[in-house]
Amino acid sequence: MKSVIEYFKGIYNGIKSLLVGMSVTGGYFIKPGTTLTQQYPDNRDTLVMFERFKGEVVMPHNEKNEHKCTGCGICEINCPNGTIEVISATEVTEEGKKKRIIDKHIYHLGMCTFCGLCVKTCPSQALAFSQEFEHAVFDRTKLTKVLNQPGSKLMKGVE
Amino acid sequence: MEFSIYDFSSFTAWIDQSLRASMSPGLAVAIEMLIIGVVILIFYAIVGLFLVYAERKVCALMQNRLGPNRVGPGGIFQTIADLVKLLFVELVPIKNADKILFSLAPYIVIIASFMAMGALPFAKGLHAIDLNIGVFYLMAVSSMGVVGVLLAGWASNNKYSLIGAMRSGAQIVSYELSVGMSLVTIVVLAGTMQLSEIVQAQQYGWFIFRGHIPALIAFVIFIVASTAETNRGPFDLAEAESELTAGFHTEYSGIRFAFFFLAEYINMFIVAAIATTVFFGGWMPFNVYGWEGFNKVMNLIPPFIWFLGKTGALIFLIMWFKWTFPRLRIDQLLTLEWKYFLPINIINVLIMALIVLLGWHW
Repeated sequence: MKSVIEYFKGIYNGIKSLLVGMSVTGGYFIKPGTTLTQQYPDNRDTLVMFERFKGEVVMPHNEKNEHKCTGCGICEINCPNGTIEVISATEVTEEGKKKRIIDKHIYHLGMCTFCGLCVKTCPSQALAFSQEFEHAVFDRTKLTKVLNQPGSKLMKGVE
Repeated sequence: MEFSIYDFSSFTAWIDQSLRASMSPGLAVAIEMLIIGVVILIFYAIVGLFLVYAERKVCALMQNRLGPNRVGPGGIFQTIADLVKLLFVELVPIKNADKILFSLAPYIVIIASFMAMGALPFAKGLHAIDLNIGVFYLMAVSSMGVVGVLLAGWASNNKYSLIGAMRSGAQIVSYELSVGMSLVTIVVLAGTMQLSEIVQAQQYGWFIFRGHIPALIAFVIFIVASTAETNRGPFDLAEAESELTAGFHTEYSGIRFAFFFLAEYINMFIVAAIATTVFFGGWMPFNVYGWEGFNKVMNLIPPFIWFLGKTGALIFLIMWFKWTFPRLRIDQLLTLEWKYFLPINIINVLIMALIVLLGWHW
């Protein structure tokens, strides 16, 4: 008797769960707003990428052309495939102390795997990911970028 | 000659008479067969191309995608472009394959669906051959396609193909029973196997309403079992991509592959058309006995529109569950048939016989 009840229970639960599945896909079918596809080259002007999308590594500068990079080189050490090269220089401060600053923060986009270790480990949050993703160029030397802008300085208060 | 889109019988009779008037009866029959063959061939191609496009669109919308949208407005010429491409693809010769059977297999699959198409009543008088055992004939012919699938699998000289073909064989042997039994349920109610009479009997109330509960159960079983018979998802383990590359048609390329592909969609159409004819009144408009005004409005819509509309709705249902459910394992497939469908179906036929005996139907 118990097995008979189990048999009909199985049929009932089976049909119920199948109908639940069909209601989900049927709902997607009648609601065109659920479509996720982006028609990329057509909507290029209006396309907005996600904030956490890893496009390429950039160094944000403020309006006074100041960045936060102290030139410590932690990003260079952490990079698994040698994408980052930090070329440092020394500067004499007003108190007469010698201080290390960056001359060039070189980023080889062609070698980057977008793992994000540099951005994650930077002690002063000097690096970030931009949402730019159209990286194709005809000359690979263009993939080597200097992230600090010419004439930029270290932001006040960042050590 | 009077031509009407509501009744084609006078039109077909006129063709027959004018042919017979000018030539010997044998030649007239031969020319009639040729005309019907060409018409069905054109219909076949149009339906195949349209269904491939429809399926891609339906599945895309169900998966939150857009589907084909580049070739022509809304991508409507996509399947034509695909067909042209397939026509130009090289037919790769297979080493150690059985040459004759290998090239014969796709034609058997196509012929099986072609023969079923000839017996379907599309509209009043638009019916190539009205056999008095129509339901029986359709069952026999539609299960012939598996011979082609088995041949394709065997002749390809490929493990995947053979496994796929054998699975397909096991599937058809089991599910043919369910398809037959569910049609027998309706044959009991209708008291005839002739498709034109089955349609005529549904003038005031389609069989799915007249036969109420047993007819509904028979319909559900029919639509599931015939999906399995046409090797469509969720029962497509004959071509299970993830395990068998492409199953029985792994080795086929170009237009031969296109034949298998087209036959799958035509079989879906045929299955939906049989279900329409048997359960949903074929080309009969939706009429209610006594509601004269309502019936007049419904009768304004031509019968072939009714037929294609109902068939389209059932095709959508088949696509809907293909793109919702995951593929079954072979043991699950056989359990479903032998432990659930077959016993339910046998009891269902008995209930239907009882209902007909006691007159508990409309």
